[in-house]
Amino acid sequence: MSDLSAMQIVQRSRRDNKITGLEIIHQIMPDFMELHGDRLGSDDPAIVGGIATFNGHPVTVITTDRGKTASEKVAKHFGSPMPGGYRKALRLIQQAGKFKRPVICLVNTPGAFPSQEAEEQGQGAAIAQSIIEMGQTPVPIITIIYGEGGSGGALALAAGDEVWMLEHSTYSVLSPEGFASILWKDSSRAAEAAEVMQMTPEALLKQQIIDGIIPENQDHLITGQQVARMLTRELTKLNTLSTAQLLQQRQARYRKF
Amino acid sequence: MKLYDHNNTLSERHIKANRQADRQVPDRMWVECPHCQKTFLAKQLTSFTSCPNCDYGFRISAHRRLEWLVDDFQEFDTDLQTTDPLNFPGYPEKITRLQAKTKLNDSVWTGEATIGAEKFALGIMDPTFIMGSLGTITGEKITRLFEYATKHQEAVVLFTASGGARMQEGIHSLMQMAKISQAIAEHAAARLLYIVVLTDPTTGGVTASFAMDGDVTLAEPHSLVGFAGRRVIEQTIHQRVPDDLQSAENILKHGFIDQIVKRQDEKHTIEWLLKVGGEQRE
Repeated sequence: MSDLSAMQIVQRSRRDNKITGLEIIHQIMPDFMELHGDRLGSDDPAIVGGIATFNGHPVTVITTDRGKTASEKVAKHFGSPMPGGYRKALRLIQQAGKFKRPVICLVNTPGAFPSQEAEEQGQGAAIAQSIIEMGQTPVPIITIIYGEGGSGGALALAAGDEVWMLEHSTYSVLSPEGFASILWKDSSRAAEAAEVMQMTPEALLKQQIIDGIIPENQDHLITGQQVARMLTRELTKLNTLSTAQLLQQRQARYRKF
Repeated sequence: MKLYDHNNTLSERHIKANRQADRQVPDRMWVECPHCQKTFLAKQLTSFTSCPNCDYGFRISAHRRLEWLVDDFQEFDTDLQTTDPLNFPGYPEKITRLQAKTKLNDSVWTGEATIGAEKFALGIMDPTFIMGSLGTITGEKITRLFEYATKHQEAVVLFTASGGARMQEGIHSLMQMAKISQAIAEHAAARLLYIVVLTDPTTGGVTASFAMDGDVTLAEPHSLVGFAGRRVIEQTIHQRVPDDLQSAENILKHGFIDQIVKRQDEKHTIEWLLKVGGEQRE
């Protein structure tokens, strides 16, 4: 499908003109209402979530957000969530479970934010709780990685039934620069690392880490339509399953690794 | 324990504290505690390989821990082998070398153990095996441990020690976090007790999954417990962070650990928790 090298895909996944989660939401859902806060004392702007209708049915939708202006980007830590962000997402996911509406997660993050506050607020614990609870939530959960899928910070929003990726996205345990610097003590070998790590959509699909790839177009409206088409098809499929079947299939999805 | 069969040169007294912490067994004449930095004769360390001054627990192998932790044990899944999913250059050779050295097939020992009358499923991560990193076999063994415990209605006690993800297995390492979490959820749904003991160091993807899923979370004194690496934090926020930021003591203060337990008290504490901490069954 793609003639690009792994590193070219890494670069495209990080581009400034990348489609954003909020764009996708506003394109394919006519009536998004944002719900703020984790109810534990914080409202991390790097995660935006709420209720919307998709094809006339209610859904819960959650996206990471990098921000547009310089001050937004700083407040959102360039799309790296704080523990409170994951706790907000989990609150909304559990609410979706309560009211039996599907969850759509849109992910583009270099990873969970590394800082003193993040450590003291339990970054590890927040991600851990998100992964374990998401695995048991009794409604369909589909994640789309639309840029960088950075490690545990991405997995925290990608432990549901299906994970899809836009064509020029990545999903990996670490950035290729970090990988090269840890394993080869040489961050300039990032391009080589990107190949070895098999972090591109095609490589990940082959290994069954993801369920499919969404073609990307420079025209964001067309990309949005592709996303909507995939979601319509996959939600219809998941909706035919009983709750027990859904959870069993989800368990099997991760058990095979 | 062989204490005296190495060359004890003067220069060895000046081995850096961190390197000392990485040592599997402090079998040199002099050892420096990586936490309090006091220097001791190796024979002055407690029989639990902890610091006689500050109770810091040195990084030790799973087999060494087994010597004093339990009364009896039966090991599981010794034959599993990583498939090397990324075909990473040199990785199979590295694994073979470590298997010979550690007598483990990957970075965790799992089995069924007893303390007194209590029988339970036990996992001990081994910091001497690629820094306890989370490989596919590590994940598979821990998952099977929970599955066994659920089937046999047993508690799980898990000692964590990990530098985080196994880089050589890439995204497959990350998937272990989700796989293990599923098994923990089933164990929890059966209302069975899960006790975590955080040991030095517990970081990265292990902290961001099964290390933080316990019903009761204990930690060894002064062990490093965190998500992000300290250097990554300092480079990101462009300032120094306090030395004790990721100490078990600071994490306890912020509410993510139930109690800090010295090694010499672990066996008794775990036995008591196994008796009292879970559901009382006939």
